Amino acid sequence: MSNQDHMEKQEFNFTVYTENHVGLLNRIATIFSRRKMNVESLNTSPSEIEGIHRFNIVIIETEEVVHKLAKQIEKQVEVLKVYYHTNKDVIWQEMALYKVPTDIIAEKALVERLLRENGARAVVIRKDYTVFETTGHREETDNLLKVLQSFELIEFVRSARIAIIKDSEGFNRKLREFEKAEPGNETIESRDLNTRNNVFSM
Amino acid sequence: MLTQEKLVPELLADKKTITGSEALIISLLNEGVDTIFGYPGGAIMPVYDALYDYMDRFNHVLVRHEQGGIHAGQGYARASGKVGVVFATSGPGATNLITGLADAQIDSTPLVCITGQVYAQLLGTDAFQEADVVSISAPVTKWNYQITDACEIPGVLAKAFYLAKSGRPGPVLIDITKNAQLQPFDCVAYKPCSHVRSYRPKPIIRKEYVAQAAELINQAKKPFVLWGQGVILGSAEQEFKAFIEKSGIPAAWTILGAGAIPSDHPQNVGMLGMHGNYGPNVLTNECDVLIAIGMRFDDRVTGRLDKYAKQAKVIHLDIDPSEIDKNVKTTVPVWGDCKETLPLLTALVEEKSHTEWLQKFNTYHQKEVEEVMQDELHPTSGEITMGEVMQQLNELTNGDAIIVSDVGQNQMVACRYAKLNHTRSNITSGGLGTMGFALPAAIGAKLGAPDRTVIAFAGDGGIQMTIQELGTIMQSDIDVKIVIVNNQFLGMVRQWQQLFHEKRYSFVDITSPDYVKVADGYGIPGKKVSERENLRNSLQEMLQHKGAYLLEVMVTKENNVFPMVPQGCSVSEIRLK
Ligand SMILES: Cc1ncc(C[n+]2csc(CCOP(=O)(O)OP(=O)(O)O)c2C)c(N)n1
Repeated sequence: MSNQDHMEKQEFNFTVYTENHVGLLNRIATIFSRRKMNVESLNTSPSEIEGIHRFNIVIIETEEVVHKLAKQIEKQVEVLKVYYHTNKDVIWQEMALYKVPTDIIAEKALVERLLRENGARAVVIRKDYTVFETTGHREETDNLLKVLQSFELIEFVRSARIAIIKDSEGFNRKLREFEKAEPGNETIESRDLNTRNNVFSM
Repeated sequence: MLTQEKLVPELLADKKTITGSEALIISLLNEGVDTIFGYPGGAIMPVYDALYDYMDRFNHVLVRHEQGGIHAGQGYARASGKVGVVFATSGPGATNLITGLADAQIDSTPLVCITGQVYAQLLGTDAFQEADVVSISAPVTKWNYQITDACEIPGVLAKAFYLAKSGRPGPVLIDITKNAQLQPFDCVAYKPCSHVRSYRPKPIIRKEYVAQAAELINQAKKPFVLWGQGVILGSAEQEFKAFIEKSGIPAAWTILGAGAIPSDHPQNVGMLGMHGNYGPNVLTNECDVLIAIGMRFDDRVTGRLDKYAKQAKVIHLDIDPSEIDKNVKTTVPVWGDCKETLPLLTALVEEKSHTEWLQKFNTYHQKEVEEVMQDELHPTSGEITMGEVMQQLNELTNGDAIIVSDVGQNQMVACRYAKLNHTRSNITSGGLGTMGFALPAAIGAKLGAPDRTVIAFAGDGGIQMTIQELGTIMQSDIDVKIVIVNNQFLGMVRQWQQLFHEKRYSFVDITSPDYVKVADGYGIPGKKVSERENLRNSLQEMLQHKGAYLLEVMVTKENNVFPMVPQGCSVSEIRLK
């Protein structure tokens, strides 16, 4: 990561592997809220390993701050591991649903073309309304939103982001290592070892 | 120590049907708990009912307020090194614990708090005395959990104790619904916990970083050690002493680290931070290698961060990886328990004495003695000063007492001047700065270290916040010496108003009851002293008295604590007046 990336605020994607524990969501949420930080998106789901949960969290911050947040999240008892990545290091998607009046959309739009152009599809078509769905990056779901605003859009919803880490081999091996090493041999790298001669602080 | 078998035959026998409450009590016995600070109520009655059968096994101290209970638990843990155990009922009982939980969380104090909760089927119905304490306490606990099924009790309790005391210690809260307390179940043998899948108490030690740290230290001309409570929490006092004695490095402490080596150790150069000593603050910005051991660079220690030790390379030893680089960027991080990392480091550092560098600290110290300490500790005229009270106590106890200070000027004076010969002797609310801490914490400290003299040292403001705990002292007959230094002001706030708000004294003059009469009402002897010539005798009388004693000392009204690093200033801008 270049130095500029390090200092600039941008979207970061946290991937958090946890035990499935009531109350953990609250504990993780307060790590952001106590610093008055807005969480852009939060998704919880199962992971590739049974019994291990996976959070995807998106926030806009500098790498410096994100690094500290990651350590605070990892400090929670039920958290196994936290990774964070910029958008270019993950493959990510968000899904959106749009409800529009069927008569208006049928009358005024070239529906076929509109769907094609936006990579969308109709999931429900009724007499009174139609629901479209599209999946993609924020700009893509936003685009269709803009278009449909002019067709008396009734309802819109976008899902949280889910992201897959590009150069991850999954968590299986990591978890096995983590559990084998006893007690607790998590390797923590200092990002800046030997690169910093002077103390510097925020 | 009794063996486990003698302690709890109940659980070592084969399966036995018991209630959740009894399982809780037996779990506590298995963890070696013998002291509980608590207060009963509706939602925890089954636990108290089970306790009735085990009265001879526990010293349950009935406090006067749950905040007093948890501060007592903290004092107990800090003095003894054991886990403090606190009981409270649901709703108001549980919410009264919050200040103490926050205090224990920020000061890394191991506690297990048990709260009662309404029946599981009533959760979320705004039932009588229902409060969502698991959510409320989440940000101020290391871990918390709600039990709704008795079968979980032994396992969760084992986990609670393990988490509270392992790694970086902290408070754990277990909320148990009333139905789980009452529920009979087949309890099998108690298994202590030594592993939690997702939790690693200690980071792996990286030998190469230890080597790099040693190299930096060996090259240093002006190395400086800052130590904190990590040394005490890790029981690494000996390892720490060996390290500084071999390396010859001057060492200064945070208020929670005080006492890890004796005050009069020649390499102990004093206190860091806002009201710390002159030399350690100024020379932080002159050293070439700063070695931080089990401390977290609190803003009260660092002052203005962008002017803090910019010239120095920083080595940071800490058990908590999230502390590394949190406030001050490190050159070399040494993750791990300092009990293990210090000996590795000691083996690699060269034997040195750094005499000239140490002398610099002494020179600053002389200046501080002349300009601040002389008048504070040995005044010859005018009213009594807080410092002189502490000084007399030092002479009379020879530095062997446990000093439990409150918050404010009294705390800064106590921490600055208390002579401490032993570790675990300076008990104070460091991170949270909780007024009202001293009196209840002193109760706990006395029970945690029954052979030591325990002195609560509080201001007229703080003592009134938890003065109800005199009732606990009376009922449980606890031998604490209570010194109230009465300046008739909320002194520390008044000091700031004088220095930074043009002396606009806004709601800082505070009246006091007749403390001697109040103490008398609780059957505790006491005395008030205002004249210098009576001070020493009165302190002597207090110390010689068998049992609790309250001494109110009238001190100068408008004295200020100096030196001071004003908020927002660099440590080198420390003021002597
Ligand atoms: C619970 C709580 N409320 C308020 C404060 C803010 N505060 C810090 S020091 C102080 C004054 C303390 O006065 P006193 O107990 O008389 O002690 P002194 O400073 O005079 O020694 C106050 C109000 C605090 N630290 N804790």
